[in-house]
Amino acid sequence: MAKVVVVTSGKGGVGKTTSTAALGAALAQRNEKTVVVDFDVGLRNLDLVMGAERRVVYDLVNVIQGDAKLTQAMIRDKRLETLFLLPASQTRDKDALTPEGVERVMDELKKHFDWIICDSPAGIERGATLAMRHADVAVVVTNPEVSSVRDSDRIIGLLDAKTERAERGERVEKHLLLTRYDAVRAERGDMLKVDDVLEILSIPLIGIVPESADVLKASNLGAPVTLADSRSAPAIAYLDAARRLAGETLPITIPGEKRGFLGKIFGRRAA
Amino acid sequence: MTKVLTDARSIRIKGRSFLALVLSPELPLDWWLGRLDDLAARSAGFFLGRPVVLDVADLEIDRAQLKGLIEELGKRNVRIMGIEGGRPSLFEPGMPPAMKGGRPAPDFEVPENEPAAESSKAAAEVASAAPVIREEVQPARATASIIVREPVRSGQSVIFPEGDVTVIGSVASGAEIIAGGSVHIYGTLRGRALAGSVGNASARIFCRKLEAELLAIDGVYKTAEDMAPGLRGQAVQLWLEGDSIMAERLN
Repeated sequence: MAKVVVVTSGKGGVGKTTSTAALGAALAQRNEKTVVVDFDVGLRNLDLVMGAERRVVYDLVNVIQGDAKLTQAMIRDKRLETLFLLPASQTRDKDALTPEGVERVMDELKKHFDWIICDSPAGIERGATLAMRHADVAVVVTNPEVSSVRDSDRIIGLLDAKTERAERGERVEKHLLLTRYDAVRAERGDMLKVDDVLEILSIPLIGIVPESADVLKASNLGAPVTLADSRSAPAIAYLDAARRLAGETLPITIPGEKRGFLGKIFGRRAA
Repeated sequence: MTKVLTDARSIRIKGRSFLALVLSPELPLDWWLGRLDDLAARSAGFFLGRPVVLDVADLEIDRAQLKGLIEELGKRNVRIMGIEGGRPSLFEPGMPPAMKGGRPAPDFEVPENEPAAESSKAAAEVASAAPVIREEVQPARATASIIVREPVRSGQSVIFPEGDVTVIGSVASGAEIIAGGSVHIYGTLRGRALAGSVGNASARIFCRKLEAELLAIDGVYKTAEDMAPGLRGQAVQLWLEGDSIMAERLN
């Protein structure tokens, strides 16, 4: 049974695209057939992060308008044969997406894939609502910072109101993915602490991704973080988050605490 | 430059409800006006001094026809206070304003035939010819209240003018609760809470943890800046004494 996941946040720049690519690759590495779909029509980026920008011929809008078949638009990843990308159009705007068209594409994708990961655009308008429309599961990407938390709260409200599941009286399963978490700054009080964010949003936590240069490095390389260096801290966080998404139960470690512990040991050794 | 406030006291805004009669004309209009004349003939002054709203939601007419209808009603001394359910294109300057958000109220008593000579058969006819008045009877209730069992998220508003609102969960920054009665929040209040919104000075606000952006009771409001810092993060109840909001820590 295919699961449709929307990666959303309301606010821009919090790491939706990075998270979509990383989670998509992590799930595909588990040998589950995965497609990542870019809904950010007009500002597409997922192709870059996936390193497939030079192989895009047709896109989501072409498929919706009937100019291309779904199989023609999908791009198979060169590193993982279970991973596919359905890119967005860069030359159109979000009005090119129609509810009927999106539904048709989703129904078709559900026949072929285990996981359909939708990368939502920022905002709460058409693109974002269509991206979440068919979701079974939502990954709400949030930075530990007040405006991001409030926007995420708004999105959670929309997930409970505007999705197909909500309209059927069911619930969309919601998970919080805390990204760009900087333990030192959180400790100093420059950033919200994990508990504060959880208290405000009151949805279960699926992972904490530390702020790291590895993320930028990976996207410049055109590789999902989980593929670029699977032993980097953010990659481990995403791999664990993907396992939790697939239903495994794992304890969550808050990045700072772990480092604080190791720091103590190293500090003592140096002394 | 910054504007200097002339008076620190805020303006009080209250809600007040009047029972309005709703007329729902039917086509053809001549025939409907004839029936209205029948009603008026039986009880002169039925519409006198009462607010009357024209419901045109199910009526297929254009602007000229609507204008004509309002004039015809004017000739019969029926003054239209507002028009409900009309498309924006129906309106022009000088017409009664568009209204929305009306709620059904108990049926209005159609007066008995004044010339009591008429038979009961005629009275039955009156009853059947009375669809001019909405027939939605709502049972009278004791103090109404609603319970929201999940957090109220940013951008959502819970509006319940009929009574109390209880939230089991938090009210996020950017969310609002508007209640005709009291507001009870079993969680953190970060957004806005407006109690007694339709004019109820005895309404109160209760919350387990106060981080509110704005609080109002019966139109008197307080923003986060005006609140005593000692109340932040505390379990608090708020009530109205005269024109000022009082607050007290619970526990």
